[in-house]
Amino acid sequence: MRTPRKNISLAALCLVTVGLHLLTAATGTQYYLTQLTMAAYYGLVVIGLGVLMGYAGQISIGHAGFFAIGGYLAAALTTRNLEPFRDAPLVRGLDSLGLLAAGQDIYGAALLTVTPWAACLLAVSLAGLVALVIGVPVLKLRGHYLAMATLGFGTIVYRIFLASPYFGEADGIAEVPAFPLLPALGGFGPVVVSGGAEHRVLNFYVAWGVLILGMALLLNLIGSRVGRALRSLHSSEEAAEASGIATARCKLQVFVLSAVYAALAGVLLTHFNGGIGPSEASVMKSVRYVALVAVGGMTNLWGTLIMGVGLTFLSLRGVFGAHDDVVFGAILIAVMLFTPEGMLSLRLKEWARRLIPGARS
Amino acid sequence: MSLDLFLQYLFAGITYGSIYAIVAIGFNIIYNTTGIINFAQGEFVMLGGMIAISLLEYLPLGYAIAAAVLITMAIGALIEMLFIRWLESPSVLRMIIITIGISILLRESALHIWGESIRSLPYFYGNEITTFNLGSVHISPQVVWVIVACAVMMAGLSVFFRSTPIGREMRACAANRTAALLCGINTRNMVTLSFMLSAGIGALAGCVMSPITYTQYDSGTSLAIKGFTVAILGGLGNSLAAVAAGILLGIIEAFSVSVVPLAFQDAIAIAILLLILFVKPHGIFGSSEAARLKDF
Amino acid sequence: MSGGNGQTMGGGQEPLLALHGVHKRFGGLHAVNDVSFSVAPGSIKAVIGPNGAGKTTLFNLIAGNLPVSAGTITFRGEEIQGKKTHAIARLGMARTFQNIKLFHGMTALECVMVGRHVRSRSGLFAGLFSLPSTWKEERAIRTRAMELLDFLQIADLAHVEATSLAFGQQRAVEMARALAAEPKLLLLDEPAAGLNIYETAEVARLITTVRDMGITVLLVEHDMSLVMDISDEILVLSFGAKLAEDTPANIQKNTEVINIYLGADDAA
Repeated sequence: MRTPRKNISLAALCLVTVGLHLLTAATGTQYYLTQLTMAAYYGLVVIGLGVLMGYAGQISIGHAGFFAIGGYLAAALTTRNLEPFRDAPLVRGLDSLGLLAAGQDIYGAALLTVTPWAACLLAVSLAGLVALVIGVPVLKLRGHYLAMATLGFGTIVYRIFLASPYFGEADGIAEVPAFPLLPALGGFGPVVVSGGAEHRVLNFYVAWGVLILGMALLLNLIGSRVGRALRSLHSSEEAAEASGIATARCKLQVFVLSAVYAALAGVLLTHFNGGIGPSEASVMKSVRYVALVAVGGMTNLWGTLIMGVGLTFLSLRGVFGAHDDVVFGAILIAVMLFTPEGMLSLRLKEWARRLIPGARS
Repeated sequence: MSLDLFLQYLFAGITYGSIYAIVAIGFNIIYNTTGIINFAQGEFVMLGGMIAISLLEYLPLGYAIAAAVLITMAIGALIEMLFIRWLESPSVLRMIIITIGISILLRESALHIWGESIRSLPYFYGNEITTFNLGSVHISPQVVWVIVACAVMMAGLSVFFRSTPIGREMRACAANRTAALLCGINTRNMVTLSFMLSAGIGALAGCVMSPITYTQYDSGTSLAIKGFTVAILGGLGNSLAAVAAGILLGIIEAFSVSVVPLAFQDAIAIAILLLILFVKPHGIFGSSEAARLKDF
Repeated sequence: MSGGNGQTMGGGQEPLLALHGVHKRFGGLHAVNDVSFSVAPGSIKAVIGPNGAGKTTLFNLIAGNLPVSAGTITFRGEEIQGKKTHAIARLGMARTFQNIKLFHGMTALECVMVGRHVRSRSGLFAGLFSLPSTWKEERAIRTRAMELLDFLQIADLAHVEATSLAFGQQRAVEMARALAAEPKLLLLDEPAAGLNIYETAEVARLITTVRDMGITVLLVEHDMSLVMDISDEILVLSFGAKLAEDTPANIQKNTEVINIYLGADDAA
């Protein structure tokens, strides 16, 4: 996408963000902001996956795994008490680096945990590292093999979180503290990621800010040399290789990048929700992300963003009721059957042609 | 480990392994005629069990199972006709996503019809504490049912593919679709048939295993992953090797119980799957040359 | 065997590409059997032979798409057998494909810009954050790609989707993409296949121009008049083995070569 168009679109997204806030404020429906915040974080996962699937052409049915690695690790590190291990060398080392925070639990007992910032960095780095290690062999696979391998990866992550007492087994981890992103500065209060009603508007802007920033970076990437390389290897790996593109390395980079996006979304949403449960790691979640990318249009990052945030918001509002998963399954099938290029590609051009006689596609 | 315990694990392994082999053969039947991996394969197994359990209220066990198999076959045919038949050379990615969508629809429909409760068919002979002794090893008669049913299915399929006209046409279709088409074989019907067949054997497997493993709306996914592991282990499309691979995986899993917590049992199959994919994606029994002939 | 005139051109100069005893077996099939030859810098060398003689396999071995079963391939003094295709491309080898492989969803210009990959360096981070260093590089890539499209006389099609172009134009885009890498050696796999005589003449002129620019050319081609017109040397393959290697004039007189062409069902 050319730079001016890209910037106009991003500016429009900023306006939409402010517009959504004003709309909810004007109509007294500010409680929508909670789901809009969550939808933005899920949107971050979906656009990351969109670049992997649509541009690099690699499917992943295991991205909920990366989301969960981010979320669970952030949750565990910021809630699990390290006080009993205070004298362990590792804990002492972390403490001396200023990565630990002392506090008190609700019963007044001493609590020693990793600070949210450190936990976030650790969680996201670990997800990236896992993606790197898994990606080297996995991305050599194609088609069904790649799909099954990533599905298998997602399932293993799910089982591990479900079966580990450290990660709360079926209950997950609750009472995750707020994440102070920025301290109070000048006239502004501190920027905190938390689900408290008093932070609702702030968190809405934080989430959408992160989403817009994430989108801007991905749009930059697609238009860059690496982005061209990705699009070329999607079309013909042989010709891309012959042009000097290290296709394996390229795919791996994007795989890690999309895992980092998913993990970051996992960290932030976990702090916002104050907890995380094993359903976030489930295969169904991974399939849902794939569905959202497919609906938005594989090579249409804006479509992916709109559908990812829009449908997730509707789902979170409970519009689909108990049939939530059915709806996503049906959407998935319908889109792939009728408009494999994504819902937004649906005859829009033809309509435009009919509306403007003489105009060409 | 005592010899008795060893044999006990061995039999458990063979029992589960036979089921995995049947699921794998279901994958192979569809893969051979279409080049599609049907991610909804595990759901056929679940449907077979669930439908039989529901029909048991009205029909005797044998008839309930037969009806369940037929209904599942009809569902298989319906799925093929609704979602697969009219697509013109769809991409692999598209087919993966569509069959995943189908598996979700089947699973969620099952959830709405049967709820989250864990159900099972009664033991075909005796009950859960009935055993007979083979030397000093106690074996449930249901284990024999499972092994015999799977063996009969495999033998039946083998006869079907080798000796019946339709079976031969399906094999022709698998070997070369265009050539089969030129010989006047209706390849589209063959694809429908392959969906029916793999739905049918999946459903039957789901019925015979139900008393031992129980049936729940979401029991298909892990079966699908294991069946796929087995299919890959044996080399995609190679059903005889799938039997050997299925029993191998069943035995590995059974023995792993003494080492690994039960919660991680599924992870073993997946770890094997990933390992095989990374090291030898054409299967331990398959050759890379043969795999290159198949387009995927 | 033909006479001893088949030594490399250009006197004592080190060959740009040299194959020594290269074999390729697929199962029981011996697709390339003990082939040795070299390509002198600045020359045009053609590989001919009946269908199934192993020409495309040979190309795939040289470009690193297939591993050799035995033998060595030396490019610019470095052994390249076993190297990845992209690594070989980085050393200065570019190619076109028999069945054109342009990139879907990209304009002709973008396809050629991909060809500039080895001549630019911005990585993932620079791309993500659109660092100022990338701007200049992007402009340079675009300018150079435009120049090449202009050189191939398809500049007016720069913003048309490449895969929707006419066949001859697609071949031109592929050629521009290969040239964008500023290669030392250009591999052309049947550059005139599917072209009419005017377009073929154009391709012949283009190949000699490219050679005059200092780029060595190795091509596989069925069009004998094209091969005879432009090649400095010709290598004849038959059933995977080298049958002859000589100047076009001598090849035309070689009875063995004439026999395999008359004897083969492919009389092209």
